[in-house]
Amino acid sequence: MSQSVKRTFAVFVEDKPGVLNRVASLFRRRSFNIDSLNVGATQEAGVSRMTIVCEADEDKARRIEANLYKMVNVLWVDDITHKQSINRVLALIKVNCNREQRDEILKICDVFRARAIDMSPDRVTIEITGPQDKVEGLVSVLRPFGILELVQTGTVAMTRGIEKHDLAHPTVPASRNSAA
Amino acid sequence: MTPANPKLENRIGESLSGSQIIWEALVREGVEVCFGYPGGAIMPAYDAMIEYPIHHVLTRHEQGASHMADGYARASGQVGVCIATSGPGATNLVTGIATAMLDSIPMVCITGQVPSQLIGSDAFQETDITGCTLPVTKHNYLVTEPEQVAPTIREAFYIARSGRPGPVLVDITKDAQQRSCVFEWNDDEIVLPGYRPDYAPLAEQLEEAVELIKSAKRPILFSGHGVVKSQATETLVEFVEKTKIPVACTLLGLGGFPASHPHNLGMMGMHGETWVNRAIQDADLIIAVGMRFDDRVTGNLKTYAQTAKKIHIELDPAEINKNVRVDVPIVGDARAVLKELLPHLDDCDRPEWLAYIDEIKGDSAVRDIKNLPDLGKLYAAHVIHDLYRFTKGKALVVTDVGQHQMWEAQYYKHDYPRKLLTSGGLGTMGFALPAAIGAKFAEPDDSVWVICGDGGFQMTQAELSTCAQEGIKVNVAIINNGFLGMVRQCQEFFFGGRYVATPLLSPDFVKIAEAHSLTGIRVEKRSEVEAAVRKAEATEGTVVIDFRVEQEDAVYPMVPAGATLGDMIQRPPKPGDHDHNPIFETGEDE
Repeated sequence: MSQSVKRTFAVFVEDKPGVLNRVASLFRRRSFNIDSLNVGATQEAGVSRMTIVCEADEDKARRIEANLYKMVNVLWVDDITHKQSINRVLALIKVNCNREQRDEILKICDVFRARAIDMSPDRVTIEITGPQDKVEGLVSVLRPFGILELVQTGTVAMTRGIEKHDLAHPTVPASRNSAA
Repeated sequence: MTPANPKLENRIGESLSGSQIIWEALVREGVEVCFGYPGGAIMPAYDAMIEYPIHHVLTRHEQGASHMADGYARASGQVGVCIATSGPGATNLVTGIATAMLDSIPMVCITGQVPSQLIGSDAFQETDITGCTLPVTKHNYLVTEPEQVAPTIREAFYIARSGRPGPVLVDITKDAQQRSCVFEWNDDEIVLPGYRPDYAPLAEQLEEAVELIKSAKRPILFSGHGVVKSQATETLVEFVEKTKIPVACTLLGLGGFPASHPHNLGMMGMHGETWVNRAIQDADLIIAVGMRFDDRVTGNLKTYAQTAKKIHIELDPAEINKNVRVDVPIVGDARAVLKELLPHLDDCDRPEWLAYIDEIKGDSAVRDIKNLPDLGKLYAAHVIHDLYRFTKGKALVVTDVGQHQMWEAQYYKHDYPRKLLTSGGLGTMGFALPAAIGAKFAEPDDSVWVICGDGGFQMTQAELSTCAQEGIKVNVAIINNGFLGMVRQCQEFFFGGRYVATPLLSPDFVKIAEAHSLTGIRVEKRSEVEAAVRKAEATEGTVVIDFRVEQEDAVYPMVPAGATLGDMIQRPPKPGDHDHNPIFETGEDE
């Protein structure tokens, strides 16, 4: 039995009403716990791309993939956990900030490549994009100032290489699994 | 190409209402009978039905309609169709849809929906039925435009019957039924970009399987529902006769491999045969064909078949490594895979392994009873064994869920596929009578027998009225023990014998039959069984037989839920009565 790790799936689905519900319902019904789910348009009309992050071992990952493929509206599933990929979340953080604290907070933003996007005499709103751990790092540094509000997206991910996803004729990967 | 129905006028290119298009599409898909119940949101469709060559069976509850469509599909291998209105009509279908889903039964359910402009307003009889049925259908659709009706129904049939079959629901708003459009019908092959139902096995997996089979000393083959569905019986018989690998069946696999075949060991699992379960635990190779290692089959997974390598031949890749880790998965159609394997295998004798199984069979093979003595008491085993004898094993038997279901599986030997219909996965009480009605429409020449308990029968007994109205004949054998027997048995074994909510007061079933102008018979003694069965077979119209059997009998052997497969509870000898167990007494041959 392999280790349970955080896994990232890129899931290409038909852009039709209710598809998000179908995918979410599948995860709930099979007790696959979703860490984050993000969905949006792709370069191809009528195709949406989901990035689903969830914890699973190798067996469970294969079953998630197979169950996703069973859905009529799912075109292509790519488990990019072990592929070279770029993973990003976006967070907006509203933090207490008086005149004396301003310089320090802006310096922190520099270190994290974050930006102050809104400011008032007693608070500042910061935008950051990056991997989840970087965002968590910034949050932990800002926490002592008093975080008033925090919102963040789920992960979106893309592999570094060129993956040719011919979505009109998706290839269902062979059912070969990792059993040995 | 859809064969043109001679009874159907060609109306392609004409302006038709969505309602008319529903029936145009159903007839073109080969539907001759559908089961349903009308109501507000589906009334336009019902109104249009009269023009079309489809026989509609009015049920007494929509649950009956979905079980009938299910029974029709199980018996015929074709897609079963049921139809209901919105709201409660649709939700009443859900139990039947879930039943079909768990047993992979091809079914199309048409429901009416409130007009599209009212969706989301909590309108009268509005339910989000596509939302409700999302986890219990293979796929579902909400149709709001008449133009979508024909292509959606076509797709629904294609999805229902292809790959691993399953139920598909098509919810059609009332306005989509009422509005008109130009009727078009496209006979081209359906291509759904995200749906690939057919998998071909990989060459290397087949090679690995051949190697494992060749080197196995103690192999056993599991024959599941997939064997029935892919019509693999003949191929499997050939496979087994060549390789001499003994066969164990799942509940839904019964009949897929002939029960009377010398290499058929019988049913495995919780109430399977002791020797089968022991052989599984001792095997060095399992070839699982078209089955999914259900928990009722495996018992405790940690101790399950530890010495065996496992080959899993299964159409649905999501079943691979779900419950049991396998060494060689082969994703593909059961018959196709067996056919591919066959030429690579050598003729083989396995005298030692087969002799070993014979030896563990030993005394427990008393199930191979021919004639049981009449000791004055009536046991369910008597009834079912006698039913088997007097119908010459050729009846189409539909069972409900509970003790009688297991007794039927143990005592009625099925030599042919599609002659035992039962709710295996979901275990739906109330399934038998309506499913049998559906099966009778599919196989009108078969002698259809319902075997059910007094509990399950009362869940859907209103469908007797459907039998009477349709003038169709099924024979109903109620194994009446005055208890919800399977639960009572578990209370006896595991809950200190506290019979909470299991004693069951039933009406007079003979009078119930008579109230429907049907025939009712009561049987209280073994000596009366034969006459009752023969009378039922000879009587026109549906017959209900109330078999008053021993009240506190239990199904043996039994693997308690979650226990190791080989550890079965055996039938205890009666105190002071060691050599004389009335059920297992072996009599003389007929």
